[in-house]
Amino acid sequence: MPCMPGIGKKSGCDEMNDVAIVGIGCTPVGEPWNKSLREIAVESTWAAMNDAGVNEVDGLVVGNMSSGNFVDQESLGSLIADYAGLGNITAFKVEGACGSGGVAFRTGVMAVASGMHDVVCVTGVEKMTDVVGDSATKILANASDREYEAVHGVTFVGLNAMVMRRYMHDYNARREDICSIPVNSHKNAVHNKNAMFRREISLDSVINSPMVADPLSLMECAPICDGAASIILTTRERAKEFTDTPIIVKGSAVKVDTIGVHDRKNVTSMTATVEAAKEAYNMAKLTPKDMDTAELHDAFSIMGVIGLEDLGFVRHGKGAHFAAEGQIGIGGKLPCCTYGGLKARGHPVGATGVYQILELTKNLRGEGVVDAQNGIAQNIGGTGSTVSVTILGRDI
Amino acid sequence: MSVPRHWRESKRRYRLLGTKCKSCKKLHYPPRTVCSSCKSRDLEEYQFKGKGNIYSYTIIRNPPEGYTFCRPYAAALVELEEGEIVTAQITDCDLDHLEIGMPVEVVIRKLFAYGESGIIVYGYKFRPILPRK
Amino acid sequence: MKTIKDIGIYGYGAYVPMYRIKNSDIARVWGNDPERVPVKEKSVPGPDEDACTIACEASKNALLRADISPQKLGTVWVGTESKPYAVKPTATIVAEYLGATPSINAADWEFACKAGTEALQGAIAYVGSGMAEYALAVGVDTAQGQPSDALEYTAAAGGAAFIMGPSEGSLAEYEGSYSFVTDTPDFWRRQHEHYPKHASRFTGVPAYFSHITNATKTLCNELQREPNDYDYVIFHQPNAKFPMAAAKMLGVDKEKVIPGLISPYIGNTYAGSAMLGLSAVLDVAKPDDLVLCVSYGSGAGSDAFSFKITDKIIEARERAPNVKSYIARRVGIDYAMYARYREKIRM
Ligand SMILES: [Zn+2]
Repeated sequence: MPCMPGIGKKSGCDEMNDVAIVGIGCTPVGEPWNKSLREIAVESTWAAMNDAGVNEVDGLVVGNMSSGNFVDQESLGSLIADYAGLGNITAFKVEGACGSGGVAFRTGVMAVASGMHDVVCVTGVEKMTDVVGDSATKILANASDREYEAVHGVTFVGLNAMVMRRYMHDYNARREDICSIPVNSHKNAVHNKNAMFRREISLDSVINSPMVADPLSLMECAPICDGAASIILTTRERAKEFTDTPIIVKGSAVKVDTIGVHDRKNVTSMTATVEAAKEAYNMAKLTPKDMDTAELHDAFSIMGVIGLEDLGFVRHGKGAHFAAEGQIGIGGKLPCCTYGGLKARGHPVGATGVYQILELTKNLRGEGVVDAQNGIAQNIGGTGSTVSVTILGRDI
Repeated sequence: MSVPRHWRESKRRYRLLGTKCKSCKKLHYPPRTVCSSCKSRDLEEYQFKGKGNIYSYTIIRNPPEGYTFCRPYAAALVELEEGEIVTAQITDCDLDHLEIGMPVEVVIRKLFAYGESGIIVYGYKFRPILPRK
Repeated sequence: MKTIKDIGIYGYGAYVPMYRIKNSDIARVWGNDPERVPVKEKSVPGPDEDACTIACEASKNALLRADISPQKLGTVWVGTESKPYAVKPTATIVAEYLGATPSINAADWEFACKAGTEALQGAIAYVGSGMAEYALAVGVDTAQGQPSDALEYTAAAGGAAFIMGPSEGSLAEYEGSYSFVTDTPDFWRRQHEHYPKHASRFTGVPAYFSHITNATKTLCNELQREPNDYDYVIFHQPNAKFPMAAAKMLGVDKEKVIPGLISPYIGNTYAGSAMLGLSAVLDVAKPDDLVLCVSYGSGAGSDAFSFKITDKIIEARERAPNVKSYIARRVGIDYAMYARYREKIRM
């Protein structure tokens, strides 16, 4: 380090470690009124540590979007390490809006890959329900350009709605096809005991739900909720000390794009996803065809559609149709959002990226809902301004 | 309430004052200090004309704190005559008859106020081109 | 009164918000006869509009017609009784918006409905004395009437801006002006009150008519003219009736008042009223036409102005939207929306 971005055997990076996931844990996503941010973060951290069979780590990376606004608390590295009883370790928070979890995971991967840390815990946490009224909407809009987007009263949903409107215009896409994304997520959440909404919804109920920011309706948008998820990382070499089924981080990339949607050459594709995916596939020496499952960032129906395209599974403009055909269902060509996605599992913003990795890990360990050798997760911050793409695979 | 933050932006926000790269002529709104096209740091102020077309739009029905006084309101990506796209509200419009491509022109309006006693933040919005008799 | 230098109107601009509420609707809500109302309908500012935004657009239109750099303005003076801030000038915001800062005299003026023409007298003096080449004066209001009060039927929103400059190149030459003032408490609003109070019929003869007729007659005397010598006459328009009655008292033909009479369509825009009427006349007048404009402000006083149109008007008036197009841009709202937009529902 520093070297070409990448892990393992890329040129100049031979000295870097392969990284493995050896522990996972989370809290149920929802509205735990009687639990604080520190409580859910500590709960998930220890759940992952127990899963890995460790009682100490030498690093803690916290993924969190906006604790300062949601609960008036910063310095989460110290807070969580302190209350988890982890002592004077290396601990800090990283932030990439709703993509904070993915960014934290990437940071943890870098820490282990570089050899600077042995066993690292990545904890994504968000406590959103401590604010009341319209405050959460205002705080979420901080993911966009405050001075040139949010100041105009354009909400986060609003930005995505404009992307969706343009997408429908450019590709002549049908709203009912796009709406099949949340239908799929809800269907998959039924079996997930950690999901916020464990019930199926009909396509009609999505289409007919009230508009939040036209053409995005309420049932196309992920809920405001709380949750924490944690991952224990170590080197591939040491992984077997902790588990029989280590999951290997085959590709990991974080890319950014312009903060404002208005500065994109094309608003219907997220260049940050395209670039992060390209790098992650290269690193993993795998292609979209090798992916057995995908955790898409379906915070809004349209983001799921565009994710399918930007990750290389279908051509631009074909994502909605692909989803509507049922190809993203369990048993379909590419099972997506297998534990309910952001829409039904819930989207505690800074924790979401870690929940995705955890769910992917379950599927790859063989204890999940799909049988997968390789899987991919995409976590988006803002309306595509920070995107992380992670490719995981079995250790074979 | 952040007074300096809004004061600092006010001129650019009242007038749609952006920047122009002196080396590659690229225009920017929002204004920049490094050219987004060629990385030049030699930029000058550029006054956008304030006319454009709706590139995409939405209707905000759940506004954030401080913006409910206009609910529901339209927001859009407006493609300016000069080619740049800006995010802004569309005011004085029929929410049922907006469409992509619709010509709009800039006006100055109240964006929001910090309650009854705080400062009022003014800035650009767009409206359908005023029909002239 | 005359100026040292020859001056004239260099640019003018108007603005009227697009929302309208019918007087019959207000009458319906308060149990009054919908047939017996002072105007047909009145303009209502949108929720994101105030005296400042209206002043900005009217001033921008004036600047477009004047076709000068905003940096050449010596004043940005805004006459209004509906300042968005009780303390903090509206004029500084307008000046910044126009790009007229920082070498500028900016201030808000107050004199009920003649705050705008008071500022115009100031602008005339500023340019006429040579203190500035150009001076901008705006009359604007988003007037509020107490719910169910007689004034609620007419209190409207709108404004007009005038740029005074050298006579050479002006759209209308300034011939003279006059101000007539007495201490007459016909209408007022005390500090911290939302709505004004008025003295009912006392606002008529001793107030509006006395000041309008005195100001008109004195200026005409000074210019050795009769009121009816003018091609267009504009009086302050608190309703549809008063200006016509004043015209009758002064022997002015009805047809000379009608082109500048806009209150029947948009109500009384207070400090904007006479100036919007003057703008409507400038939209249609021909070169060499004589125009008389007389404002009235409660408290009380009248400013009278005499102008002669030049041939520059023909081209200049096309550079910005006219009063008619703003009046034609109309979206009717009911009393409930009006109550919301005008913040009559206190939350
Ligand atoms: Zn450049």
